[in-house]
Amino acid sequence: MHSPMEQFAIKPIIPLEIGGINVSFTNSAVMMVIAVIAITLFLTLSVRSRALVPGRWQSLAELCYEFVAGMLRDNVGSEGRKYFPFIFTLFMFVLFGNLLGMIPGSFTFTSHIVVTFALALVVFLGVTVIGFARHGLHFLRMFFPHGAPLATAVILVPIELISYFSRPVSLSVRLFANMTVGHIILKVMGGFVVSLGAFYLIPGVVPFAFLVGVTLLEFLIALLQAYIFTILSCIYLHDAIHMH
Amino acid sequence: MTKSPFDDLESRLVAARARETQEGSSQKRPPRESMRGLAMGMRLAVEFASGIAIGAGIGWGLDLWLGSRPWLMVVFLFLGGVAGVLNAYRAAKGMAQTVGFGQAQRQHDAQQREAHSEDR
Repeated sequence: MHSPMEQFAIKPIIPLEIGGINVSFTNSAVMMVIAVIAITLFLTLSVRSRALVPGRWQSLAELCYEFVAGMLRDNVGSEGRKYFPFIFTLFMFVLFGNLLGMIPGSFTFTSHIVVTFALALVVFLGVTVIGFARHGLHFLRMFFPHGAPLATAVILVPIELISYFSRPVSLSVRLFANMTVGHIILKVMGGFVVSLGAFYLIPGVVPFAFLVGVTLLEFLIALLQAYIFTILSCIYLHDAIHMH
Repeated sequence: MTKSPFDDLESRLVAARARETQEGSSQKRPPRESMRGLAMGMRLAVEFASGIAIGAGIGWGLDLWLGSRPWLMVVFLFLGGVAGVLNAYRAAKGMAQTVGFGQAQRQHDAQQREAHSEDR
């Protein structure tokens, strides 16, 4: 029997090394490519008919579009519209990463902190650049409370800076931890079903019933975490745009 | 010519809308509420921990750079703890969409003023 952590192992499929850096094409990369292809196929094929009354696939694609567009409108406002392509891509990539990971035997690339941290870092750097581009050095003013005595800046500015820099960490750790913990629970429960059910039928049924519930919950978490990751990116974007 | 499907479209639309609002208000609430509580608890924990981690990390980096090991790490560990509490407090208060404390305070004041003026 495999250990519960075995499913997270990165295996190189095409070993590659450039300038001493390991850039192998791994199973994680395969799943990312699959996710991108699946998203592209899903979004292009489903809207190909361009029906006024959408069919099943088209309404699914429209649902995704309207969901993200509404989220951006509510949280960032009309100025956020030009960032829609990025936010939509981010949402679909995380969503498909989470959902493809629910296929038995596949690999969840969002259960690796490297992947989620890279995504969060792109959001963080992008938002910071947008903030500086829109407000110039005035953007730095948000690290010091309005109307506080100047002497307190020694303590308050580092605290605000740490608070600001902790954003990509909390953003990435939340997604990574949820996906990892969920998949470990699934694996452990699956192990219980096999080891108990192999000897007696009845004890095997109990963890199996639990496993069914946990699987449903995992699907919910896969959707919820994609949503949370995107909405927090929207909120950070809002900060950078409207910092009055 | 028999009845067209569009004849009673208006009344069916009204019925569908009524059904939708009813479902949204009564049936969907409980699971969502509990899910939100779980997500919120998780979020607060992560916010708090990440503040401390980043504080310690910055302190460690500065120590490496300035060669003042371990004093800056100690100082920044405490500052990180404060920032973690601040993060968690803001997330809990729903002020997470504001970066600086000044911004959060101003938003809070504006809300208070609004509530105040509505009272009168």
